[in-house]
Amino acid sequence: MGGLLPAAVLIWDAYTGALGANPIQRATLQTGLLTLTLLVLSLACTPLRLLTGWTWPARIRKALGLLAFGYGALHFLIYLLDHGFSLGAMTEDVLERPFVTAGFTALLLLVPLALTSGRNSVKRLGFARWTRLHQLVYLAASLGALHYYWGVKKDHVPPLIYAGIIAALFLVRFLKRGPVGRRGRGRPGPA
Amino acid sequence: MSTPPDKKDPVAERRILTPGSNLNPRREFLRTAALFTGTVAALGGGLEVLTRRPGAGSAEAQGTDFVRPARPLGPYDTQEAVTSYQQATTYNNFYEFGTDKSDPARLAGSLKPRPWTVRIDGEVKKPQTVDIDTLQSWFPLEDRIYRMRCVEGWSMVMPWLGFPLAGLIRRLEPTGKAKYVQFTALLDTKQFPGQRSNVLDWPYVEGLRLDEALHPLAFMAVGLHGKVLPGQSGAPLRLVVPWKYGFKSIKSIVKITLTEKQPQTTWALAAPGEYGFYANVNPAVPHPRWSQATERRIGELGRRKTLPFNGYADQVAGLYAGMDLRKFF
Repeated sequence: MGGLLPAAVLIWDAYTGALGANPIQRATLQTGLLTLTLLVLSLACTPLRLLTGWTWPARIRKALGLLAFGYGALHFLIYLLDHGFSLGAMTEDVLERPFVTAGFTALLLLVPLALTSGRNSVKRLGFARWTRLHQLVYLAASLGALHYYWGVKKDHVPPLIYAGIIAALFLVRFLKRGPVGRRGRGRPGPA
Repeated sequence: MSTPPDKKDPVAERRILTPGSNLNPRREFLRTAALFTGTVAALGGGLEVLTRRPGAGSAEAQGTDFVRPARPLGPYDTQEAVTSYQQATTYNNFYEFGTDKSDPARLAGSLKPRPWTVRIDGEVKKPQTVDIDTLQSWFPLEDRIYRMRCVEGWSMVMPWLGFPLAGLIRRLEPTGKAKYVQFTALLDTKQFPGQRSNVLDWPYVEGLRLDEALHPLAFMAVGLHGKVLPGQSGAPLRLVVPWKYGFKSIKSIVKITLTEKQPQTTWALAAPGEYGFYANVNPAVPHPRWSQATERRIGELGRRKTLPFNGYADQVAGLYAGMDLRKFF
């Protein structure tokens, strides 16, 4: 629910002209940042649980992931609007410019994850296969950070901060998963 | 939390971990509502703080008016609709103030355009340091309504006030060795807070070949929309080279040096594969990371086709006869 607030503010800003002289560019930037931020937050859930033993991060993980996909889709729609919904221009961009290729691939990777976010999908796919599929989010987030880095003209500090956080989260998973996971199994947890 | 549960009691522990347990339903409801509200506020608020970049506030058309007679459009003026003063002065790339486009309008108050002197040296017969008001008084002010195309893919139509660069160059009396003109912007972290970060090598340096500088389109602006140039637009003196990407049009100039060798320019140094010395607007040569075929005119939603040399090909293409503009981008 809270994740929809930025969308509401964005619409309000667009309505009141607060997006400035180039509203499409600003909306593109903002939805892109929202996508990446939400992806990072969803990736932070498991490390947070591993480090603290809290269970609530795991419960909001799916909502964060779906919100990330929602903003990613919005980001893409605004990009399409920016190019007058010209599929030719889009195809050329995707094929010829690594910056766009990375972003587009990241979004495509999120599609199957969003489609299999329901409880039924876990049952149908089996937990192991479902888990493996959803590991695509690691690649999507990394490509998202790369897309951000390549999209910036010069000030590379913010994209590097995102990349750094993502790398740190991967590291925590890598280091913590084994031991804590085993301990966790012995503990009474939520069903 | 009036009665903390006994941590050693496994049943009590499970009761906390398991929602829907035999807690007081009213308390359970309040707890859930509080958690929900808290999460919504924290997530929404946090995302706002992390990602929102509000546009700059409205810039009043303030400042001193230049007194000048109305005049008909000149041979170099475009008849296209002029970008509003508000938009032209709140959407700026001026990394000396910060990398966000709203930074310049917000922070321009720290720039003090008077007193201001310009140092003129290098391959000239009369090197000197001149006060900006004196320099300005050497020439009658002219209007020029020029298109401006940013390398990022947006454009504006700007009504400048100033004088042709050629007049200034001739007055400086270049020596026979002069081949290029190098411009240097102010370096002062007190007036330019963005210079405290080293996103670029400060001070900002730009340059033109001498024949480019002598072209009648090359212009030195001291005003915009009939007003004295505001800080975010490059007060008190800036270059305007309308057939090149906007970053060539260096702002807040303190030094003009005529040189024998091609100057090292700021963006060409920062990313040589992306920004060249020439930086002529060219829809056929994409930036490595985005197309340059189209642009958005500020104030419009759609995109329009970008024209070679930003629509000034008839006037300036001859300057580059025989040059491979893919190589000399």
